[in-house]
Amino acid sequence: MTDKKLSQDQNFFLRILKKQIFIPISALLVLMLFNLIADPTFFRVELGISSLGYPVLKGNLITILDNASELVILSIGMTLVTAASGGQDISVGATIALAGSVVLRILCGTDTLTDHIHAPIIVAFLACVLVAMLFGAFNGVLVAYFKLQPMVATLILFTAGRSIAAWINNNTLPNNTDPRVGYYGNFFPGIAVPSPILIAILFMIVTALVMRFTKLSLFTQAVGINAESSRLNGINPQLIKFMTYVILGFCVAVAGFIKVSRLSTINYSVIAKDIEMDAILAVALGGNALSGGKFSISSSIVGAYVIQFLTITLYRFEVPAAALPAYKAIVVIILVVLSAPVVRKKFAELKKNFTAKEAN
Amino acid sequence: MQDDVILRLEGICKEFPGVKALSNVQFTLHKGEIHALMGENGAGKSTLIKVLTGVYQKDAGSIYMDGMPVTINSTQDAQKSGISTVYQEITLCPNLTVAENMYIGRTNEMTTNWRKMNAGAKQLLDSLQIPASPTQQLGDCSIAVQQMVAIARAVDMDCKVLILDEPTSSLDESEVEKLFKLMTDLKARGVGIIFVTHFLDQVYSVCDRITVLRDGTFVGDYLISELPRVQLVSKMMGKELDSFDDIKQEEIADTIDRKSAPVFEATGLSSAAGVNPYDFTIRRGEVNGFTGLLGSGRSESVRAIYGADKVTGGRVMMDGKEIKIKKPIDAMKQGIGYLPEDRKHDGIIGDLSVKDNIILALQVMKGMFKPISKADAEKFADEYIKLLGIKTASADTPIKSLSGGNQQKCILARWLLTNPVYLILDEPTRGIDVGTKLEIQKLVLKLATEGKSVTFISSEIDEMLHVCKRLIVMRDRHVVGELTGEDLTQTKIMSTIAGGEKK
Repeated sequence: MTDKKLSQDQNFFLRILKKQIFIPISALLVLMLFNLIADPTFFRVELGISSLGYPVLKGNLITILDNASELVILSIGMTLVTAASGGQDISVGATIALAGSVVLRILCGTDTLTDHIHAPIIVAFLACVLVAMLFGAFNGVLVAYFKLQPMVATLILFTAGRSIAAWINNNTLPNNTDPRVGYYGNFFPGIAVPSPILIAILFMIVTALVMRFTKLSLFTQAVGINAESSRLNGINPQLIKFMTYVILGFCVAVAGFIKVSRLSTINYSVIAKDIEMDAILAVALGGNALSGGKFSISSSIVGAYVIQFLTITLYRFEVPAAALPAYKAIVVIILVVLSAPVVRKKFAELKKNFTAKEAN
Repeated sequence: MQDDVILRLEGICKEFPGVKALSNVQFTLHKGEIHALMGENGAGKSTLIKVLTGVYQKDAGSIYMDGMPVTINSTQDAQKSGISTVYQEITLCPNLTVAENMYIGRTNEMTTNWRKMNAGAKQLLDSLQIPASPTQQLGDCSIAVQQMVAIARAVDMDCKVLILDEPTSSLDESEVEKLFKLMTDLKARGVGIIFVTHFLDQVYSVCDRITVLRDGTFVGDYLISELPRVQLVSKMMGKELDSFDDIKQEEIADTIDRKSAPVFEATGLSSAAGVNPYDFTIRRGEVNGFTGLLGSGRSESVRAIYGADKVTGGRVMMDGKEIKIKKPIDAMKQGIGYLPEDRKHDGIIGDLSVKDNIILALQVMKGMFKPISKADAEKFADEYIKLLGIKTASADTPIKSLSGGNQQKCILARWLLTNPVYLILDEPTRGIDVGTKLEIQKLVLKLATEGKSVTFISSEIDEMLHVCKRLIVMRDRHVVGELTGEDLTQTKIMSTIAGGEKK
């Protein structure tokens, strides 16, 4: 009887250690602890005044949550694409530039600088969604039906996306100073929490509902693990792969819309630069296999927050901007190695031996 | 007899989380003998082999080579001690030449002396009478020859112990003959061979001794002459087995419904996989089968029925109504289930749980937007785990960690759950132990009494005779005959396959 209980305890430890979310969560906790020791005021959240004159929440934590929003949204789509197609979409940065350009083109009309919107914001948003999903579909067709390597297929838009974005606005950098444009990337009047946080939370809730009320995750995983088996069980693997790229397109649209709204303008050559790499990193940090198959969206989301937390922490320690990527790389390599299946297995074994010894 | 022991294992234990895979197992191999390692799925054969070859590390026990204790912690250690393994799936490189495959990873020099390598390979191939040229690409050889090349490689590495892990499961009979001849030659050279297989016939035609494992424990070590087949089977199962004839008697009841329209009827069906147009009918409550040699097109024929390959022609009727089956989902919606031949590549979704694997087909039929509730899924999984006796730690265990027979039962459960009217089973018993085989056969007959139709394919003619009422015989991708009633005998089938008259 005691034996059984013991092995249950052991199993409990093992289960926690084996949980995919364990590594990103512990990374987040370590980062938090580190900041707390270095500067106990790090987590202080206070009321400030927004540019529109409303009281709003300010603090490091808020900044992290706020700035991570686009990455979180992208990491959800990237996780699905990775799971189904066993590859990643490297064009998301470029398609954000594209989708963002469409938003401003519609809001500004042909003006470069304007203080009122030329069309309702919802129209601009829907157009942005449509365009981003179309480009997602383009990637999806190349990957699912033409069976190109995802990285090669998305390299096309990675290369061309920002040029097309420039062309949409005739090579100008349009700026729309209508305050309503900025609501979605800053604050809604009267609401103290930054809008991107709210949008990200809403996005996560919708994702959770979709995962709960459809079998998207089962189908995606089945296709990612064994496409031929899935086909013989009546799933259409091509359609599933295609769908994940279209879903990522939607994520790109929302992320792009927030990005544009933050500044009310767009610089298509630098907006969301290298965000695709961070999104892929978030998926990897979450312990998801980049070769596809089983996945955990929540782990990717935590991974995305870890990346943002790390960036802000480094800023706080006044790491020069030029040296930032190098520091980031060091931390990332530790995390990725720790979350590698080989290392996780080794850890689980160590833990098992440890508990076994303790029991003796 | 004691002196010529080359390999001795004593008190081997190996535990995986939650499962005791081996406990206190012993094994003795003599010089120049072929020793069969037998046991049901999950008896611990593979684990023992993997311990011996250094893939797994044993928890306890000792290994002696020529009386000296050896430690084997990696596959390199095993090779250095003179233990070589040829696995069921070829682990060589198909895009290299035969000679390259034989010497790859074994030379210390920076450069390769191609001429010397090819000459050495040729000599070895000739001496073992393997029909392959050193400069031929390995991928162009038949599976049997590839396996022989793998053996030649092992022999050339001065192996004293050769492990053959189910080498014959993808070979046809003449190829098996060739392989056996090679094994006998090696035996004469003093190599000790451990032979893992499911085929009783093969054990009795080539082996000298048998070691039986059951549930991870050692049952016994017998001389082949002292252990009749029935006893071997009962030792493997741990109980007296119902004789194979039992099934024949149950089958006497005629379950075929001849009055109503056939459940499935195809005329001139052909597919892109190279099946020539053929006609096919199956009635309610009927069990029929496709037979023929490997590559005769029997699997491709049933795949055409299910729409697994692109259908290129023919008309299909179900219950007298014309329908179209273009892809698997169309067939599933008509109530057709298909258990594919290649379990690993076409059947299981390896990383998913047993539960998800079982509900998959039903879920797909319901569609993505109507999920089976968690409670229902668990109920279904538990029900079928119990019904089919699937041995798994829990319903949430990844299916890939189950033994082959239990994986097969999960796939079977997947289709039974969809409540099909017509079930196609392509080699459902391949690589499965005798007990499970019998269970599956009985299940098929039970389905027939419930009014379902089953098409059953097996490489073992015995088995086909037990379950099928009608056999469709194929040769070279043509249907060459149909046998029923009195004609259902081994000899008649053999002569039809070999070149019987067309009907």
